[in-house]
Amino acid sequence: MGLSKVWVYAEADGPKPHSSTLEILTKARELGDSVEAVFVGGDADSFAAPLGEYGATTLHAADPGDALAGVVGAATLTALVTAHQPDLILFAQTYDGRDAVGRLSAALDRPVVTNGTGLSVDGDRVVVQTAIFGGNTIVDTAFTGPGPHLAVIRPKSFPAEPSGGSPATVEKVDAVDAGRAGEATVLERHVEEREGPKLEDAEVVVSGGRGLGSAEAYEPLVEELAKLLKGASGASRAIVDAGWVPYAKQVGQTGKVVKPKLYVALGISGATQHLVGMKGSDNILAINKDGEAPIFSIADLGVVGDVHKVVPKLIEAIKAKQ
Amino acid sequence: MNIAVCVKQIPDPAVPGELDPESKTLKREGKLILDESDSYGVEMALQLVDKTGGGEVTLVSMAPNNEVSGLRTALAMGAAKAVLVSDPALAGSDALSTAKVLAKAVERAGGIDLVLAATESTDGYTGTVPAQMAQLLDWPSLTFAKHVEVGEGKLTIQRQTEAGYDTVESSLPAVVSVTAGVVEPRYPSFKGIMAAKNKPVDECTVADLGLSPDDVGWKGARQEIVNVAAAPAREAGEKIEDDGSAHERIVEFLEQLKVI
Ligand SMILES: Cc1cc2nc3c(=O)[nH]c(=O)nc-3n(C[C@H](O)[C@H](O)[C@H](O)COP(=O)(O)OP(=O)(O)OC[C@H]3O[C@@H](n4cnc5c(N)ncnc54)[C@H](O)[C@@H]3O)c2cc1C
Repeated sequence: MGLSKVWVYAEADGPKPHSSTLEILTKARELGDSVEAVFVGGDADSFAAPLGEYGATTLHAADPGDALAGVVGAATLTALVTAHQPDLILFAQTYDGRDAVGRLSAALDRPVVTNGTGLSVDGDRVVVQTAIFGGNTIVDTAFTGPGPHLAVIRPKSFPAEPSGGSPATVEKVDAVDAGRAGEATVLERHVEEREGPKLEDAEVVVSGGRGLGSAEAYEPLVEELAKLLKGASGASRAIVDAGWVPYAKQVGQTGKVVKPKLYVALGISGATQHLVGMKGSDNILAINKDGEAPIFSIADLGVVGDVHKVVPKLIEAIKAKQ
Repeated sequence: MNIAVCVKQIPDPAVPGELDPESKTLKREGKLILDESDSYGVEMALQLVDKTGGGEVTLVSMAPNNEVSGLRTALAMGAAKAVLVSDPALAGSDALSTAKVLAKAVERAGGIDLVLAATESTDGYTGTVPAQMAQLLDWPSLTFAKHVEVGEGKLTIQRQTEAGYDTVESSLPAVVSVTAGVVEPRYPSFKGIMAAKNKPVDECTVADLGLSPDDVGWKGARQEIVNVAAAPAREAGEKIEDDGSAHERIVEFLEQLKVI
């Protein structure tokens, strides 16, 4: 059955491993006899225990300093792959993951399959599942050339389950030469303020779309309802592009993937690119004044109505209960 | 400064997509249009050339047939010329093959200081081509830019991150991918549309770029589609019209779910 060596490109989320990293580590254990992680960032030693707990036995680590993590990641992997010959390297579909896999793919001359939502191994054949047409159709793609095979997996595709493994052995990789790519440096990191739970981790997500009518409606309708339900607030791309809310709130194909217990869509039409980011939610509530809006085709409760009328009454009613 | 912009001509995304039952790839019949995601790169390039007071915008594109309708839209916006790699051998090309072709097309254009691309295309959205091109050119890659500024021989961007953004600086030449909404793309003027008809499109083949047909297309992709299936559909539940009391039904629903 399985492959002998599966590697995971590990990423940090502040002081902890990124949730996507733990998801793909969990899957990697099923696919390979040995699972190792490659981490590019500061303080690798503090990641040895949490990554080991999810199955990584070795942690190859490099410090990018103020270079771009993905660029250093690709250069580090290029050097490591020659020495260790992994069969499959998994990346999370994140900004740095995409940078790293893109450059690595070209450096090694190996194809990459992105937007993966499933993975299987049949003999030595690696098959990546992707969802197209807004998730209506599932396509299985097999690599036919030599490895290492490169696959990029969308967040929330697999559950993250610890294996109870012991801390990974940290193997530091000395500064690698990223060529001219190393000339790009990070001057400053800007962190946007966030209240309440993280969008990807929240039990309830309340998102607003163009149907809100104006940027001013976001706070009293979307933020307020999200706060009452102890959830996070999200958005369609239409209102991110319009500058009403920061990009960090975008749900969908080019934004975040969320799978909360409850997703509330306020004035969102339900374009396929939005649906791929939220259709895995346990329950969906949609309020839209157009009875024909596609969002209703996946809503557990659909309310045909004006968000400016329904939501203020809903907020009052919930407050009255509490 | 001279800027190359990667543009893709795609089937109208408003028309539901279909797979070719034979090749199991997206059908690309009928008229192709400029991918809206690329209009941001085109606009950004035009503005940067204006600001730096000189140079021109060159489009680089590839297509299995010699389709130009989408390119004309970008030329009508103000790009000066285009390199179009057009070759039946390109059918079935994956992201890496595309990057190989586009990197060669950038070299063919010559004297390019900056390459702009979208973060991903609307129809394929693999989202790796800009970084792959940069690696092939041995240039820095600055991705997910939501703000771009150029100075003397260098460039500064705001790179989208999960938490906010990073300010990233680099030397030139470099490859930058820009997010949608980074600038407001202009509509082509009537004059622009007329002028576009006579702007030069350098059509070349894979061989003209010094690539082997084995590097691109089905062969270059080194992957095959082994199964296509319908995803389990999510059913619609209850739908009600608001008669002024819909909030009461919503409260019940929220109580059932125990979120209130
Ligand atoms: C490559 C690509 C990637 C994309 N990625 C994403 C992505 O990640 N996320 C995303 O969301 N989109 C994405 N999109 C955009 C997507 O196609 C849609 O354009 C977008 O989701 C629409 O946002 P919306 O539903 O807010 O706006 P609209 O489609 O304009 O819908 C607004 C809705 O509000 C309703 N409405 C109006 N007034 C009211 C009212 N008073 N009360 C109640 N309802 C009202 C209308 O009936 C309508 O259904 C992407 C597109 C492309 C091409």
